[in-house]
Amino acid sequence: MEKSWNNRAWFLVLPVLALVAFSAVVPLMTVVNYSVQDTFGNNEFFWAGLEWFEETVTSERIHAALGRQVLFTAIILAIEVPLGIFVALHMPKKGFWASLCLILMAMPLLIPFNVVGTIWQIFGRVDIGLLGRTLTALGIDYNYTNDWLDAWVTVIVMDVWHWTSLVALLCYAGLQSIPEAYYQAAKIDQASRWAVFRYIELPKMRGVLLIAVLLRFMDSFMIYTEPFVVTGGGPGNSTTFLSIDLVKMAIGQFDLGPAAAFSIIYFLVILLISWVFYTVMTNLDREDRP
Amino acid sequence: MKRPGSALVMVLYLLFLLIPIYWLVNMSFKTNAEITRSFTLFPHDLTFQNYRTILTDPSWYMGYVNSLTYVVLNTAISITVALPAAYAFSRYRFLGDKHLFFWLLTNRMAPPAVFALPFFQLYSSVGLFDTHIAVALAHCLFNVPLAVWILEGFMSGVPKEIDETAYIDGYSFPRFFVKIFMPLIASGIGVAAFFCFMFSWVELLLSRTLTSVNAKPIAATMTRTVSASGLDWGVLAAAGVLTLIPGGLVIWFVRNYIAKGFALGRV
Repeated sequence: MEKSWNNRAWFLVLPVLALVAFSAVVPLMTVVNYSVQDTFGNNEFFWAGLEWFEETVTSERIHAALGRQVLFTAIILAIEVPLGIFVALHMPKKGFWASLCLILMAMPLLIPFNVVGTIWQIFGRVDIGLLGRTLTALGIDYNYTNDWLDAWVTVIVMDVWHWTSLVALLCYAGLQSIPEAYYQAAKIDQASRWAVFRYIELPKMRGVLLIAVLLRFMDSFMIYTEPFVVTGGGPGNSTTFLSIDLVKMAIGQFDLGPAAAFSIIYFLVILLISWVFYTVMTNLDREDRP
Repeated sequence: MKRPGSALVMVLYLLFLLIPIYWLVNMSFKTNAEITRSFTLFPHDLTFQNYRTILTDPSWYMGYVNSLTYVVLNTAISITVALPAAYAFSRYRFLGDKHLFFWLLTNRMAPPAVFALPFFQLYSSVGLFDTHIAVALAHCLFNVPLAVWILEGFMSGVPKEIDETAYIDGYSFPRFFVKIFMPLIASGIGVAAFFCFMFSWVELLLSRTLTSVNAKPIAATMTRTVSASGLDWGVLAAAGVLTLIPGGLVIWFVRNYIAKGFALGRV
C-alpha cells in the first residue's frame, strides 16, 4: 500500500512513546548508571569507568554461561523448527479436528512459565514422576537432579514440549494461505511430495518461519523461569544460562556494577542478532507486499 | 491430505503434549500419601481436598485474583495505546517511523532479567511497588510493541479507500476510527488482546520482583509455598491445574483466529 507522508501521525504514536519510554528508557538509564560506578554500600557511588565491562568481557564464568546459552538455543532451534514444520504439514486442514488440534496445541503456550517448570519437575522426578519412573523401569539410569546430561535432556525436551506448537501454528497459518490450485497444478505435473514441499510449501512459509525463528531465538536466549524451577541452574552450574546467572548476580549477590555491565552486553548481543533477522524479514515483506 | 500417516503423527504429537499435563491433573486429585508412597497411573483414593485447600484459603485464591487483575489491566492499557499507533504505522510515513518501529520491537527483545532490578527501584521510588498497576505497566514493556506489531499487520490488510470514503462522507477521525475502522479489524483486536493476555499471564520474573503481599501473583504464591511447607505435591499440582483454566478459556474464544494471530497478521 502506498503510504502518504504525514508528520502529524506522530500524535497517534505519542501515547505509546510516553508509556514505553517510562517503562524502558528510565530503567535502562539506571542500568547504564550502575554499570560505570562502584559502591561500598550506604548508597555511595564512585566512578568506575569501564572496569565492569572489562571484567564481564573477560569473565570465565560468563563465557561459560554464554557458551551454554548458545548451545541451548542452537539445539532447541534445530529441533523445534523442523519438528514444527513436520507437525504443521500433518495437521488437518479444516473442520472439527483442525479446531481441536489448534486448541490442544496452543495449551502449553498459555501455561505460566513456572508451572511449565513444575509440570516437568513432577513428570521427570525419579520417585513420583511418570517419566522418571518409566525410564528407571526400562533400566536407564536417569536422574536430572544429579546428572548434567539428564538435566540438559530434560530442559531441552521441556522447551520442545513448550514451544514447538508455536512454530507449528505459524507454519500452519502459512500453509493455509496456499490456494488449492497450486496443489492441483503440482499433481498434473506429477510433482513428487518433496518437490511440492520444496517449491510450493516452503516458499509460502518463508515469512512466518522467519517470525518463528526470531521469536524462538529471542525467547530462548532470555529463558529464565523454566530451567530455574526444574534444575535451579544445576547440577553444579551445568544449566545456568545467561538470565539465571544475571539474576543470581543482581538480586542474589547484589553485585550491581558487574550485573549492569553484563546486562548491557547481553541486551546488545540480542539486539544485534535480532536486527539482522528484522532487516531480512522486512526486506522479504516488501517483496511479498505489492 | 487424508492419510492415516498424518493422523498418526498428530496423535503422537498431541500425546506428547498432553501426557505431562495429564500427570499434573492426575496428581492434583491424589492425597500426598498416595503420591509419595505408591505409584499409580490414576488416583485410587480420589480426593478434592487439594482444591478445597486452595479455594478456601485467601492467601491462595487471592493469587489468582491478583494475577487476573494485572493481566486484564495490562491488556486494556496495551490495546488502548497500541491502536492509534498501529494506525499511524500502517497508514502514514513520518519522520523517523522505521527507527521508532524498530526501537519499539527492541523492547520486546529485552531480557526481563535485565529489567528486574531497575524496575524494582523505579516503581519503589514512585510508590507503586506491590500494586497491580505496577505489574501491568511493567508488562507493557513487551506487550505494547507486540500489540502494535500485530495490529499493524491486520490494519494493513484493510484497503485505504475505506478511510478516504469515510472522510468524504464527513466522518471525523475519532468517529471513523471507532465506528467503522475498529469493527473491520475486530479479529485483529481480539488476537492482539489474546497475546497480551497470554504473555502477561505466563510471565513470572517481573511480576514476582514487583510484588510482595497485596498484588502477589499466583505463580509466585506457588513457588513460595513449596519451599515453606516442604513437599505438598498435591496442593502444588492443584494450583498448577487451576492456572491452566484461564488460558484454556481464552483459547476457546480465539480458536478461529489463532493461527493467523501467531503469524502476527502477516499471512
